[in-house]
Amino acid sequence: MITSIQLAAQFRAKAVEMSHTAEAAHLASSLSCIDIVAVLYHSVLKLDPLKPKWEDRDRFILSKGHAATALYSALAYKGFLTEDDLKTYGKAGSLLEEHPSPKLPGVEAATGSLGHGLPCGCGISLAGLIKGQKYRTFVLMSDGECNEGSVWEASMFAAANKLGSLCAFVDFNKWQATGRSKEVLALDPLVDKFKSFGWDVHEIDGHDHHEILNAVSDISVDKQKPTMVVSHTVKGKGISFMEDDNNWHYRIPTVEEVQLAKAELGVL
Amino acid sequence: MRNAFAKAVTDLSDEYHELVMMAGDIGNRLFDEFKDKHPDRFYNCGVAEANMTGVASGLAASGLRPITYTITPFNTVRCLEQIRLDICYPNLPVIVVGTGAGLSYAGLGATHHSMEDIAILRTLPNMHIVCPADPVEVRLAVKDALRLGRPTYIRLGKKGEPVIHESDPEFTIGRGITVRKGSDVAILSVGNMLAPALKSAEQLQQKGISTQVISLHTVKPLDDELLGALFEEKKLVVVIEEHGLIGGAGSAVLEWGNVKRADLRKLICIGGPDRFLFACGDQKEARHQLGLTAENITEKILGRIG
Repeated sequence: MITSIQLAAQFRAKAVEMSHTAEAAHLASSLSCIDIVAVLYHSVLKLDPLKPKWEDRDRFILSKGHAATALYSALAYKGFLTEDDLKTYGKAGSLLEEHPSPKLPGVEAATGSLGHGLPCGCGISLAGLIKGQKYRTFVLMSDGECNEGSVWEASMFAAANKLGSLCAFVDFNKWQATGRSKEVLALDPLVDKFKSFGWDVHEIDGHDHHEILNAVSDISVDKQKPTMVVSHTVKGKGISFMEDDNNWHYRIPTVEEVQLAKAELGVL
Repeated sequence: MRNAFAKAVTDLSDEYHELVMMAGDIGNRLFDEFKDKHPDRFYNCGVAEANMTGVASGLAASGLRPITYTITPFNTVRCLEQIRLDICYPNLPVIVVGTGAGLSYAGLGATHHSMEDIAILRTLPNMHIVCPADPVEVRLAVKDALRLGRPTYIRLGKKGEPVIHESDPEFTIGRGITVRKGSDVAILSVGNMLAPALKSAEQLQQKGISTQVISLHTVKPLDDELLGALFEEKKLVVVIEEHGLIGGAGSAVLEWGNVKRADLRKLICIGGPDRFLFACGDQKEARHQLGLTAENITEKILGRIG
């Protein structure tokens, strides 16, 4: 069976390919969160692609919807989409838009406008509590997304309602669209902020699969607090000439760059 | 109206076990009976409407039937993007309730006025816009919105509005209710303008003009059949609303008439102007200032056919 590390390399190669083919931006944003997405879809989420609306499924919301290629790769891996579907990304008539739509099987919410995923995730988690269901809800946000007031509204709501089945990640790659995230707004100290908002907070290397797995090991409705995983990541992770270079927030790789990237990833 | 709303959700909660009430830190005592009956189905979401709306979408996506409730501008335009993306795009059965709509809270200042909500919300695909006329219609609107199971905005007044319907009228979202029959003129009253509309019909009767009065409680979708008949049969069709003229129910009827090629020369729209109201004054004074009175409706109609 494929390991989550091998899977992450494949997802990265697909993200590069899709960005090139569709001439779609936000490649580096996908690359920074792909390890988290790969671990969750490989080892954590209980899902059934034949029953996308299965009531007891775990929920995953890619709140940083601009990293859609990471999600689409994972949905294809699980069987919600086909590899052929991935080739339609960004093409006229395809449901694989540059930001995920709930019209697509396996997508729980419309994301792309930042700050929507955590409130929706709170509602899904609360519904489980009300209905006595055991499923868990995972939300993946960006650090720039934490500029949005709704993130902090939701943070207070989740703590007030003891949403133990809710787990959120911040893909803390230290960049947002136009600058360093700690310089655009006063983001630091992010860990202390979520702690003071009443969350259990893990601070991890967001590219270390063991650390990702450990951080989510106790997520359960029986917990009394929601869990925030502040994940230190590198924007453009996995491809040397993209790492920590914010030009790749918008840049599209050329044919040569796609080949170089795939060679580095060992996916040909 | 808000007391009727609280009673309606409390009564309907027995039938709809999925109903979840969410309030934006208002109506604390209003929902006491509901909270006593269902402590796990009432959530004070604090002064955080964007989150409340997003949470409602998550509940609805998980099979529950949430209703969000707070003062109109805070529950509509403040969290507009959440209504648009989280509720309307996935077409989820969330009921958004704005209390104190129009000029109900005239005395509280422009922060609490809501003369734009119908215009803005009716642009959203999948959204239904319901403006009950009195406490009886409030109860029936909540019930029908739960039956419908689609994104629905219910626009309430405040408290103490007169009961106009002596018995329950037949109430279906999208179908106007004829409250008074008449042959010359039709007044389409939106929401809590029904009392002045009926008074105007009385005044017109004194002048020999027979006036049909309709509670046009649903602004979206419009009652196609009813409008078609009125523009065919009547000399004048008058839309009256405690809402700005730009984009409100009158505008919706204009758009309808344009598509249907109705004789829009028959249409009179009465509503608020393109400016903010300021300076103290209660709802009655604000209505007087804007011409949202029976006397003004009557005068406008007489000016055309008197």
